[in-house]
Amino acid sequence: MCALKATHVPATVLPGHQVTLGVHEPLRLDCGAELAEFPVAFQTYGKLNEEKSNAILVCHALTGDQFMAEPHPITAKPGWWDLVVGPGKSLDTERYHVICANVLGGCMGTVGPKEIDPATGKHYGVKFPVITIADMVGAQKLLIDHLGIEQLLLVTGGSMGAMQALEWAVQYPEKVFAAAPIAGAARHSAQNIAFHEVGRQAIMADPDWHGGDYQSHNVIPKRGLSVARMAAHITYMSETALHRKFGRNLQDRDQLTYGFEADFQVESYLRHQGSTFVERFDANSYLYITRAMDYFDLAKEFGGSLIAAFANTPVRFCLTSFSSDWLFPTSESRELVRALNAAAANASFVEVTTDKGHDGFLLDEPAFFDVFSGFLNGCAEHRGL
Amino acid sequence: MSLSSGTDGSIRVDLQIIADMIEPKSRVLDIGCGDGALLAYLSSNKQVDGRGLELSMEGVNRCVRNGLSVVQGDADQDLKDYPAGAFDYAVLSQTLQATHRPKEVLEHLGRIGRRTIVSFPNFGFWRVRLGLLLRGRMVATGPTHEPWYDTPNIHRCTIRDFVDLCREVDLVIERGIVLDSTGRTAPFSAISCAANLLGEQALFLLKSR
Repeated sequence: MCALKATHVPATVLPGHQVTLGVHEPLRLDCGAELAEFPVAFQTYGKLNEEKSNAILVCHALTGDQFMAEPHPITAKPGWWDLVVGPGKSLDTERYHVICANVLGGCMGTVGPKEIDPATGKHYGVKFPVITIADMVGAQKLLIDHLGIEQLLLVTGGSMGAMQALEWAVQYPEKVFAAAPIAGAARHSAQNIAFHEVGRQAIMADPDWHGGDYQSHNVIPKRGLSVARMAAHITYMSETALHRKFGRNLQDRDQLTYGFEADFQVESYLRHQGSTFVERFDANSYLYITRAMDYFDLAKEFGGSLIAAFANTPVRFCLTSFSSDWLFPTSESRELVRALNAAAANASFVEVTTDKGHDGFLLDEPAFFDVFSGFLNGCAEHRGL
Repeated sequence: MSLSSGTDGSIRVDLQIIADMIEPKSRVLDIGCGDGALLAYLSSNKQVDGRGLELSMEGVNRCVRNGLSVVQGDADQDLKDYPAGAFDYAVLSQTLQATHRPKEVLEHLGRIGRRTIVSFPNFGFWRVRLGLLLRGRMVATGPTHEPWYDTPNIHRCTIRDFVDLCREVDLVIERGIVLDSTGRTAPFSAISCAANLLGEQALFLLKSR
């Protein structure tokens, strides 16, 4: 098992911060490999107070990144959590110091398959070690230690971010005052693994993928990655929302073309989602991060018992699910709540009634914002903030 | 949802009686906690470590927004998840008659809490009896006076029925209080017929045998 040593991506490429972690001691990954001196890119909003007690870590989802509350440096679109993070918003940057780091395996400045492997001088590609949610959290833990933060007031995130928040609470309960996993689950379901496999197969079936070595060929597997994104995007919405948005409406035409162009608005929308995605996301990162989600099973190292995972936890939990989410349905959150109750943990849970599907946590859902800010306020009060 | 607390920090009479029964700094589970008035009162006045279970999203929202730890769920389904003896008090206020399986719910309460506090509308109240006897109609009970087809109260009982059920599930009555329609309270003896006739609401402090 050799220690993989990554090189720096110049910090000037992207706004925000970048640190080299694993300098004194490499990060030991679940697969057995070690990562030494690897870059982690992160962004912060709001000021860290003197006691360093107002820090909130936001964990981003599969295709998210650290730019949650500012225009995206590549697409120029508003940050993915612009509705939640900012002055006077749920994560009030006038009160809290909000941190978000690009995940391990990502493609926005943290080490991942598109970076250069210092051992070979070539891009990692599929030689990058397979990473897990616990590895992502391990890297974030190094970052939080590096920033000198003893305890995070809150760790939160939606979808894969919820997985990380749960992993934080279970692995480092003393470092986490409160955890708010949103639209999450204790493990990835068979159905979700199946959808991810479709996405991965689409990428790998693209001739431009070149066995993962597309960077050497100066191409990107656009078609495969775009199909992966299109398939995934369907799972983020509810049928009702799709129907509300598009129905059977035709795209820029009055009648069917009797061909395979994007006749329907929904087709055009998905194609657009696919084609814009490939401009900002790395195909191999997509393979690695979906794999990490598939491998996630919080109870596994506790003999399959979620209750054991939460035994004696001092962490205050607030779980949220969305009624029309069929990717991470309410039943998944309820399973977590049952285990938290059985462990007599301090937990809150609410299912927000909405037709917005899994994407509910990214959209304007006042009922969710209310619960989220209320929970955080309560936590801040308990911490004397 | 009706508000069960005033702006001056006061709470509904029956909730105040429950609050007075609870020792400071104890652990309390409030089942069917509504807008969290009791939990909020207990947390600020008695330093209680409180948790709630509530069916409605609006109720849970209001609770969590106020910094309370409340889980969305229902008494019939979710009480089985809580471990035995996890709380000093399990409170079920004005909810028993709305559950599908009141007996199981009461058994779970006795298991989860070292003590159990239950309050419910007494369908042995003279006005209910009289309404049925003289007018031949169901009397709309409860604060909002819903008609029979709209009431959440699906398992109505009288004080005597409840006393029998407690015996059956091995819960000992430590205290009983009845409230009349004006909110006046009277202590209650389990064998008293007067309580069952004059009490519009009943409230019991129970202990597992």
